[in-house]
Amino acid sequence: MLDCGLDMTSTLNFLPLPLVQSPRLSKLPGWVLKDGSTFLDKELKECSGHVFVDSVPEFCLPETELLDLSTVDVILISNYHCMMALPYITEYTGFAGTVYATEPTVQIGRLLMEELVNSIERVPKAQSASMWKNKEVQRLLPAPLKDAVEVSMWRKCYTMPEVNAALSKIQLVGYSQKIELFGAVQVTPLSSGYALGSSNWIIQSHYEKVSYVSGSSLLTTHPQPMDQASLKNSDVLILTGLTQIPTANPDGMVGEFCSNLAMTVRNGGNVLVPCYPSGVIYDLLECLYQYIDSAGLSNVPFYFISPVANSSLEFSQIFAEWLCHNKQTKVYLPEPPFPHAELIQTNKLKHYPSIHGDFSNDFKQPCVVFTGHPSLRFGDVVHFMELWGKSSLNTVIFTEPDFSYLDALAPYQPLAMKCVYCPIDTRLNFIQVSKLLKEVQPLHVVCPEQYTQPPPTQAHRTDLMIDCQPPPMSYRRAEVLTLPYKRRYEKIEIMPELADSLVPLEIKPGISLATVSAVLHTKDNKHVLQLPPKPPQPPASKKRKRVSDDVPECKPLKPLLSGSIPVDQFVQTLEKHGFSDVKVEDTAKGHIVLLQEAETLIQIEEDSTHIICDNDEPLRVKLRDLVLKFLQKF
Amino acid sequence: MPEIKVTPLGAGQDVGRSCILVSIAGKNVMLDCGMHMGYNDDRRFPDFSYITQNGRLTDFLDCVIISHFHLDHCGALPYFSEMVGYDGPIYMTHPTKAICPILLEDYRKITVDKKGETNFFTSQMIKDCMKKVVAVHLHQTVQVDEELEIKAYYAGHVLGAAMFQIKVGCESVVYTGDYNMTPDRHLGAAWIDKCRPDLLITESTYATTIRDSKRCRERDFLKKVHETVERGGKVLIPVFALGRAQELCILLETFWERMNLKAPIYFSTGLTEKANHYYKLFITWTNQKIRKTFVQRNMFEFKHIKAFDRAFADNPGPMVVFATPGMLHAGQSLQIFRKWAGNEKNMVIMPGYCVQGTVGHKILSGQRKLEMEGRQILEVKMQVEYMSFSAHADAKGIMQLIRQAEPRNVLLVHGEAKKMEFLKQKIEQEFHVNCYMPANGETTTIFTNPSIPVDISLGLLKRETATGLLPDSKKPKLMHGTLMMKDNSFRLVSPEQALKELGLTEHQLRFTCRVHIQDPRKEHETVLRVYNHLKGVLKDYSVQHLPDGSITVESILIQATAHSEDQGTKVLLVSWTYQDEELGSFLTSLLKKGLPQSTA
Repeated sequence: MLDCGLDMTSTLNFLPLPLVQSPRLSKLPGWVLKDGSTFLDKELKECSGHVFVDSVPEFCLPETELLDLSTVDVILISNYHCMMALPYITEYTGFAGTVYATEPTVQIGRLLMEELVNSIERVPKAQSASMWKNKEVQRLLPAPLKDAVEVSMWRKCYTMPEVNAALSKIQLVGYSQKIELFGAVQVTPLSSGYALGSSNWIIQSHYEKVSYVSGSSLLTTHPQPMDQASLKNSDVLILTGLTQIPTANPDGMVGEFCSNLAMTVRNGGNVLVPCYPSGVIYDLLECLYQYIDSAGLSNVPFYFISPVANSSLEFSQIFAEWLCHNKQTKVYLPEPPFPHAELIQTNKLKHYPSIHGDFSNDFKQPCVVFTGHPSLRFGDVVHFMELWGKSSLNTVIFTEPDFSYLDALAPYQPLAMKCVYCPIDTRLNFIQVSKLLKEVQPLHVVCPEQYTQPPPTQAHRTDLMIDCQPPPMSYRRAEVLTLPYKRRYEKIEIMPELADSLVPLEIKPGISLATVSAVLHTKDNKHVLQLPPKPPQPPASKKRKRVSDDVPECKPLKPLLSGSIPVDQFVQTLEKHGFSDVKVEDTAKGHIVLLQEAETLIQIEEDSTHIICDNDEPLRVKLRDLVLKFLQKF
Repeated sequence: MPEIKVTPLGAGQDVGRSCILVSIAGKNVMLDCGMHMGYNDDRRFPDFSYITQNGRLTDFLDCVIISHFHLDHCGALPYFSEMVGYDGPIYMTHPTKAICPILLEDYRKITVDKKGETNFFTSQMIKDCMKKVVAVHLHQTVQVDEELEIKAYYAGHVLGAAMFQIKVGCESVVYTGDYNMTPDRHLGAAWIDKCRPDLLITESTYATTIRDSKRCRERDFLKKVHETVERGGKVLIPVFALGRAQELCILLETFWERMNLKAPIYFSTGLTEKANHYYKLFITWTNQKIRKTFVQRNMFEFKHIKAFDRAFADNPGPMVVFATPGMLHAGQSLQIFRKWAGNEKNMVIMPGYCVQGTVGHKILSGQRKLEMEGRQILEVKMQVEYMSFSAHADAKGIMQLIRQAEPRNVLLVHGEAKKMEFLKQKIEQEFHVNCYMPANGETTTIFTNPSIPVDISLGLLKRETATGLLPDSKKPKLMHGTLMMKDNSFRLVSPEQALKELGLTEHQLRFTCRVHIQDPRKEHETVLRVYNHLKGVLKDYSVQHLPDGSITVESILIQATAHSEDQGTKVLLVSWTYQDEELGSFLTSLLKKGLPQSTA
């Protein structure tokens, strides 16, 4: 199984979870059906024309009905965002295999999960809505609730014990490490350049190579650059995790981010940056590190609020081997690779586990707050939205591309606060994809259907799709795709003793043949050929043998023959070996050689020889060997 | 026959200047490039002229691998690459790459600036040398070229220490460097998978030692330090800046905290803080406990341990000082030692191995009067203690590693000849593998017998595995195929495919034998008797009686006709192709014996 992501856009249908009682949210009116019935008004609330579920947010799981997950042997994880559904899979589906991921992926993945669990568990909600999920009821709801898929499969968040159990099933691997799976295939993670420890995977046998390219970046940010060379010679390249915002240039977005931030702060407003606790935030902090002095922001406090803020900042400094060259060089000095160490030291950046406790004492405005969750449905960000939403001095800047910012903001409307959308998605865009494919030249490309057509909102942008030859094979949810290649060879090992016994014969210039009769041993999908065992010595006792003792035990097939027999030479050979009464008759297709005394007849044609004789074994064997002299064995 | 050749240029029946040449399947690899602490002349570096007299080293060596940052493993590297001249790749782990140049610079300073030697490598040479270094991850398979690949395993010994597997085709060598099989306070234990190398080159520093539990040694150490401090004495612990030092610092730090002790602990040289920084940034290379808790409490941030100033040595009262280098052969540790040696209240604790010729080695072997520079005699009154904290595997650990890796041959380096001899016997007895211990300059040749990988057509393989689904060890299934050798490709295909690919047609060789049987019955009755007879004898074969009156045994055809002259004799025509030769021949001789009397 390739990756194990969680669709969190489902949470956009829920009301935010406020950290402190929010009078605004609690006063929202219940939703009333067109016919006036109010049986859903406890579950659904209306806000500025949108309807939200008033319940603990739920997540949309990967498809688990299509196949029996206990038959999955291995899960390969490509980056920490793509493992968020892992606890659901490892703890509830009978999955008993191994999960492979790099160390940073696991450590940061754990932080993301911890933050998720924490921000949902710390705001216990008495009510759990389920009536609206009834198919008959859902039909009556307004969009987008009406169109939400598989709502019956939506699940509440997992717990920390489940997270720990899931993570304990992960086997840590390093880039370019070759991992043997059951002797049949080898998998190798390669740097994908997108995040700390993010990987593409190569799945290969001796003859076939499938590359799984998911969430890759060619931009130079903090992670190790993408390893493209190792993707070459792929039979199939599965391509997914492209940028969600193909029209936005990440560099330009960072610039806009900085200038909006500076402008707001200069005007005395606060800036809220809803974000994940790892990833782009490191790059943003680095940009700000270079920017704040020149922009005159040195006295503005930056707050990073997350239950895992400290861990995230600390972890980022210890993965030297997974960083880009520049950062690695800093570690050699030895200096912390990320400048946020210095921001913390100089008190410009402060981090807190939550808004409660120390933060409330230190809190000074105007300020910049980085906090989660980017969906604006849970986490400390909810508090700041409620706190700052009413003033137009403040700005919220969206940088994470996973959620539509308009949908994210919907339950906070009407909103006076400024909203700026600067999505920073460093993953491959379509231009980079075609460059990559040209470079790597896979025989076939497989990708989600969405990438084979322009985005639905920009149907004329034919440049916003994958363009390659042959055209990519696309797949949809729950579709089975047959990959277009046929396996023809496998590796087998010939033991040295057997190799020594082989007699190669040059058949044509440069081509030699040897017939091999050997014992095949197969263990763990590895095949070995050994010398056949020596036939057991006949028992020395003179006891009369039963007929069946002589039955040939195994059926050692004789080799195939090829060639033709020149009659004249054959007759000469016969005469040399003491046959004096040889007579040759021509037939339509060849000749008949007669040995009159022995009542034996040999039909010789271009592609066949037939020896017909009395039951005289020594004679037959003699003739056989004479014929074989003229033929080649295969 | 394919062979692997190993020649130590250093560390052959010796400890110091580790440098081992390995030739495997046409590739030449140099393992480590160390200096010898016991010598100050030419002998301190390996004799690289052995590799090639007049050619360039780069042409001869495919790569150089450095196992860890200790100078006896990397100290000759700038000399080798910049002064002798080598431009090929040098592989080491990231922490080694980070720390190695610092120790080299330190070494250079002591040699050139303090001892005033000339004709030594320069700072620039160290920098240029490091540019040739390629850093590797643990377990990453590094393709040096098309055929040669290397892979690093965790070795424990010091931060970033690695064992290396060198592999060409299916032949492989594992070089352990220095390693430690028991986790300590800051590092984990060495680990390798069952990679079954043709040869394991292992260090054998503690070939004959089986150490007691680490806890006991730690308690002993703390007790000695504590007693000395209590009676107002000074404790000198000569260490190398990175490695044991951090382990002992963690140990003392926690002890000081627990016992609430006040005596100062100092760490000499400016390296301290820097060294600890490396540990903080490369925390993923430390042991699990430290890695798990580093966010809450970084074990390498010491509260009680302060930087040392030269003037402190003359301060009255108790103190503990960690000073470099570890073998008391130069530098600050030697200076402090000279100051404190005369007082019996003081103590020097040697926490690691000392190379012959060093002051450390002399005092450990009981010498109490030392001749220093300028013929001065130093009388050693202070207590001298030896505690083996150096993180080498002991005999038990070495055996454990051999058990883990399952090598076909073992070669010992980095140890003393006498001790090696003992370990060699033990290894040969216990594992029944050959064990070698070449001296420097002596070449050991190991013959390998690799199996030959070929491509087998899936059709043929499936045919064979399908017929042999039930594995029966008593009756091994024979498989028949044709090995096609073209250029350098080896393919095993079915004979039919081989013929087809070569554009040849099959020549069918068929035999038909007349077997005369005395049987007065009607033809079809005879056939039935023959059928029953064969069915009874050939239980494992498919024997069929066809509607047209013939019998088949597998693909062999038997037909019966009456004799033209003698009605009491029937003629059986047995017909088979050459491929069924064995069975056909067997059948004719079986039938010739006649039919059993009562088969009705």
